[in-house]
Amino acid sequence: MAEIQAEDSLSARGHVGMYAAIAGLWVRAAWVYRTSFVTLVVANGLITGLDAVAIWIMFSQLDLLGGFALHEVALLYGASSLGLGIADTLIGSVERIGEYIRTGRLDQMLTKPLPLLLQVCADQFTLRRLGRITQAAVVFAWAAAYVDWTPARVGVAVVMVVSGGAIFFGLFVTFSCIQFLTKDATEFANAFTYGGATLTQYPLTIFPREVMRSLTFVVPVAFVNWYPCLYLLGRDDPFGLPGWLQLCSPVAAVAMVGVALLTWRAGVRRYTSTGS
Amino acid sequence: MSLHVAVATRAFRRYSTYRAATLAGIFTNSVFGVIYSYAYLALWAANPDAGGYDAVDAVTFVWLGQALLMTVALFGGGSTEDLAERIRTGDVAIDLYRPVGLIGWYLASDLGRAAYHLLSRGLAPLAVGLLLFDLTLPVSPLHALAFVVSLPLAVTLSFTVRFLVACSAFWLLDSSGLRVLSLGFALFFSGMTLPLVLFPGWLGTVAEAMPFAGFLQVPADLWLGRHEGVDILARLGFQVGWIVVLLAACALVLRAATRKVVLQGG
Amino acid sequence: MTRPVHHPLIDVRDLARTFVRRRRIGRLRRTTDTVKAVHDLSFTIDAGEMVGYIGPNGAGKSTTIKMLTGILVPTSGALTVAGLEPQRDRVELARRIGVVFGQRTTLWWDLPLRDSFDLLQKIYRTGPARHRENLGRFVELLDLQDLLDTPVRQLSLGQRMRGDIVAALLHDPEILFLDEPTIGLDVISKGRLREFLRALNAERATTLVLTTHDLQDIEALCDRVIVIDHGTAVYDGSLTGLHQRGGSTRTLVVDLVDEAPPIDVPGATTRRVEGPRQWLAFPADASAAPVVAAVAAAYDVADLSIQEPAIEDVIRELYSTPPAPPG
Repeated sequence: MAEIQAEDSLSARGHVGMYAAIAGLWVRAAWVYRTSFVTLVVANGLITGLDAVAIWIMFSQLDLLGGFALHEVALLYGASSLGLGIADTLIGSVERIGEYIRTGRLDQMLTKPLPLLLQVCADQFTLRRLGRITQAAVVFAWAAAYVDWTPARVGVAVVMVVSGGAIFFGLFVTFSCIQFLTKDATEFANAFTYGGATLTQYPLTIFPREVMRSLTFVVPVAFVNWYPCLYLLGRDDPFGLPGWLQLCSPVAAVAMVGVALLTWRAGVRRYTSTGS
Repeated sequence: MSLHVAVATRAFRRYSTYRAATLAGIFTNSVFGVIYSYAYLALWAANPDAGGYDAVDAVTFVWLGQALLMTVALFGGGSTEDLAERIRTGDVAIDLYRPVGLIGWYLASDLGRAAYHLLSRGLAPLAVGLLLFDLTLPVSPLHALAFVVSLPLAVTLSFTVRFLVACSAFWLLDSSGLRVLSLGFALFFSGMTLPLVLFPGWLGTVAEAMPFAGFLQVPADLWLGRHEGVDILARLGFQVGWIVVLLAACALVLRAATRKVVLQGG
Repeated sequence: MTRPVHHPLIDVRDLARTFVRRRRIGRLRRTTDTVKAVHDLSFTIDAGEMVGYIGPNGAGKSTTIKMLTGILVPTSGALTVAGLEPQRDRVELARRIGVVFGQRTTLWWDLPLRDSFDLLQKIYRTGPARHRENLGRFVELLDLQDLLDTPVRQLSLGQRMRGDIVAALLHDPEILFLDEPTIGLDVISKGRLREFLRALNAERATTLVLTTHDLQDIEALCDRVIVIDHGTAVYDGSLTGLHQRGGSTRTLVVDLVDEAPPIDVPGATTRRVEGPRQWLAFPADASAAPVVAAVAAAYDVADLSIQEPAIEDVIRELYSTPPAPPG
């Protein structure tokens, strides 16, 4: 508890500034190898671009997927990919926590007067995922042209992107904590993080009802894009769930981040009390 | 020959020590298998004979894809990763002076790895798929045999591509960009992202002609019984043809690299 | 009125740390072992002391340092550092201590030294004037002026270690923990580093706790040495006392011009003869000068060198003499 209080002595704004300072240094370090940095950004953009091409190819075979048209699926895809891209950019290194334990880097961070999670997330910050974010933004913008915009929908869209990032943030952190327990089973986390991202590229109507239920109430990735997109598209919930769920993304985001922080704290506590 | 068998056996053993990692990987493969299965079921519900597949073919394709993902090293990795590391550190100079061929050595090691991945991360997800979904089995013993023959060919083909990418490190300071690109191409043009039979027009023609088609699309089509008689041989010949071309390219690149290492000392 | 109580800067009482290790027996069965990494460890360190914390590999050195710096929670016992409970007050403690792990840099590999230092000013929120002053002083003492704009990856191991030490000191820590700071360094770099640490202690009364394998580090820096073995302190006192207790010896290696029978000089015993080369042992706390002089006076000497006792030898000898309570 005292640790939290001490960390609170640095304001939230201070934390953001500190994160930015560390991240900025990593960006400058990456810029030393300009050619390889640019190649990676372009390569990443191209690769994720192929994902979007795959969806376009699917629609060359049909008109509606699970009752949704191409521009609607593109909206889902863009929103989910944006959320993943943002989270991945901001906290990409948390997936490497096992490596940090092995190399002793985590110990070094523990001797610095900053929250550990902040240091881990900012460490080796890279803008490499800019390619993915750009690509996702382009798809999203194209799909957004079909949306009948109102001020409320603009608000929901903004909240959706922020909440989506936060939900993926929570998933990444939560499942990376497995590495505090075992060094071998890291791939297990991918099923939930990247699995969640893949799943939300499609309308949930193509999955059994149980999938929709667990993505709403257990691992809340449905709030990354599905519910807010239903709102943006002015569609009733195909499963007959109440409309207010479509506005609940921030609630899901707060809950997911809360779970992540608790898991993280438990993981760090385990580390500092076992040393492994 | 016996040396290469020993190298392959060692690689097999090396990978088989990571038991927890294997289990986690099988779980993840299965989750992705389920996701793609439902996506394809929806697609084929809307268009029941898209690309000439029926829904059962499509779902079978998904699980074959998950089974071959690690075996064919669609995500990269394998013995070529060791090679890239040795090029980076300069240790490769030692390999170049060995009397044993470098390509044969790393290929043997990669085949050993692939054998382990096929038996663990190949068979297990396939079993999960069989439990959860209606899959089709090879239509005849001949097709089953053709599939089995096409597997080592697919691994070898994927090896040659990864070998070339790894060798780029002889000239490029940092080959990670190229690696990401080749990885993305492998995923997309092998049929992993979407079966190539769905690719429209010229894109389909180009995709089916590229070596990546031999990673997954060719073995899957043999399993699904999409070819008969001479066509089966033609599909295997497609793999062999690309292997010959790319192995020749590997040999040329390696010779140039050796000259460079000898002249400049790495 | 209460009498002012003397508070040591570091206070360790009955500290213990056990680890549970899982082990596979047979194919499927597993068993757990409890390993006592540190037990019954007590000592205090006052402000301004320079203490060497030594022991063989696996004796519990780094486990202790990890507990003192807030990385690891003790299993039992009491522990305060600068009046704080390290693990509970980790962030607050981090502001008041500096930690350098030898061989592992905290500097930004691809960027000039200066950039790493500037970031540390932000992280520790050191006042700009204070930061400038400290940076100027340390850079001067460690002779890093010309290297501030050099990317870290281009620095030698010794230069990088000096950079890391500056990085650990910019926020004016009261205590500096150094884990094997001279490992892998050449003689000149080692000497320069020791000189700097002495100056630091004299100038700012910074408390120094260092672990090392090099007894010369201790000799040059520490008035006090704590020896840990099998998880607990087996000696706490001066280095001279340690040598006396253990009866440890230094070795004078003499290369004579010609082969000769075993050298016989007062204060040393010849342990080994190999052709013209002879090995003479003398007490580690005695000066080498009289022995060298005596040898040089009586024989034709081609070359001389002195071998320091290894920490492992000193500790082994500590055990072969009748045990006495540490401290």
